[in-house]
Amino acid sequence: MTRVGLIRLAVIVALIGALELACRTGLIDHRVVIPPSEMASALATLLASGSINADIERTLGVITLVIALSIVLGFAAGVLIHALPRVREALDPFFATYYAVPIFIFYPVLIAIFGLSPMPIVLIGVATAIVAMIIATLNGLDRVPRVLIKVARVHRLGRLATALTLQLPAAAPYLFTGIKLSVSYGFIAVIAAEFILSPAGLGRDISDAYADFDNRRMYALILFLLIIATIVNAGLHALDLRFAERRSGGRP
Amino acid sequence: MTETTTELMTEAATATVTAARRTVDTLAIVLVIVAIWELLHRIAGETALPAPIETVFYLAHMMASARFAENAAATAEAFGFALILAYGIGLATGIWMGAHRLSGAVGEPILVAIYSLPKITLYPVVLLIFGLGISGKVAFGAMHGILPVALLTMGAIRAIPPVYLRAARTLQLSPWQTIATVLLPAALPEVFTGLRIGFTVTLLGVLLGEMFASKAGLGSMIMNAMSLAQSQEMVAVAIVLFAFAAIANAILLWIEHRLHRRV
Repeated sequence: MTRVGLIRLAVIVALIGALELACRTGLIDHRVVIPPSEMASALATLLASGSINADIERTLGVITLVIALSIVLGFAAGVLIHALPRVREALDPFFATYYAVPIFIFYPVLIAIFGLSPMPIVLIGVATAIVAMIIATLNGLDRVPRVLIKVARVHRLGRLATALTLQLPAAAPYLFTGIKLSVSYGFIAVIAAEFILSPAGLGRDISDAYADFDNRRMYALILFLLIIATIVNAGLHALDLRFAERRSGGRP
Repeated sequence: MTETTTELMTEAATATVTAARRTVDTLAIVLVIVAIWELLHRIAGETALPAPIETVFYLAHMMASARFAENAAATAEAFGFALILAYGIGLATGIWMGAHRLSGAVGEPILVAIYSLPKITLYPVVLLIFGLGISGKVAFGAMHGILPVALLTMGAIRAIPPVYLRAARTLQLSPWQTIATVLLPAALPEVFTGLRIGFTVTLLGVLLGEMFASKAGLGSMIMNAMSLAQSQEMVAVAIVLFAFAAIANAILLWIEHRLHRRV
């Protein structure tokens, strides 16, 4: 490991250690934060008991659905909008403002329309994640070098062959950025929605545990979600690095 | 990208015509959105989604009410404090990590990892520490805003040409003078991007806080309206917040573009 990596590890360990120590010595009240070691053991017990399996399945299922819908529909919408320059120009101001307005406050409106079911959660998740994918697709298609299209014409490639063999690979880095953002937005929106109001799910579990003053359960669930999010983000980051490496032809 | 497009357009002889056409097109999209809203209203029914026109009338009526003023003031207060904290801590962290290479190299991946976590899960912890009042909302809003401000400030300061710093050293400026007269002006456009994004996410953080647990503020007003099935009020408050965020973002974007052009 590099020196910087070692220092980083030391900083993280020191922070967790300090929290542990502050909790153990009573500097931080047990009713506010429990020691990290207790969070971990509570999570182990909770996972072993299997009592949250249904909620894990539900939440991760909804998140996966949201991300898949956002990526597929967002890509399709991006391709469509890119083909219609006039529509695109008209939509540009909306794209520029979309992530500046708190879309999430529409969640209660969706509940009012669709009732307390997974439907409003999926919709608010897709609404949050899809626009990042649309914008990324537009960006990617914008950046395809003109010369590639000429090459395609010289080789008499059809539309589909041009799209698959030249345009898609050229736009890939931007598409991947879109996918990364969609994953992260989808995750956040679903958890937030479950947390605020939902019939079930991990977010709901956390807010219930909070309401019941069940700190062990609450911190175990929070730790679980943070671990999952960190794993997903780290995985995407690793993929990103690998793509960048391949693009640079193996050169660092 | 939009800048170069805009510049090219101004060169074109048909600039005004194009601009007018764009405005018309954008308005057409607004009309499409309103039409979809009306359609959804017909399908979903009055109690779920009010009609657009009724909502506009309700909005005008609501904006004048004392109840709205109180809640808006509560949100504005929390948002103001959260923004001050987010900007203060974010800028300080960003400058430190940007100027001190080792801290930056050690800290950046940690900040990036925290930035992409769903911070909503930590809200119960914030509530346990800060309580249900305004301080909880402020802390939660600031938590959202600190990271983008810090990360973009750090990037901006790292991108400053080293020759500027050498000049500062030659002139024997104090660290504080270096920050105020060299680092900040050189990094300003990028830093401002961070401040704009920080503005947006801090607002979202405060509203999420109000939606989950608060007796005052526009976020709790929406949740109350939902539990009382007052859909007009829900949509009206949402529109007010959208309009506020959109206008603020447009102003900040305008300033940001000017700063970028100046450099």
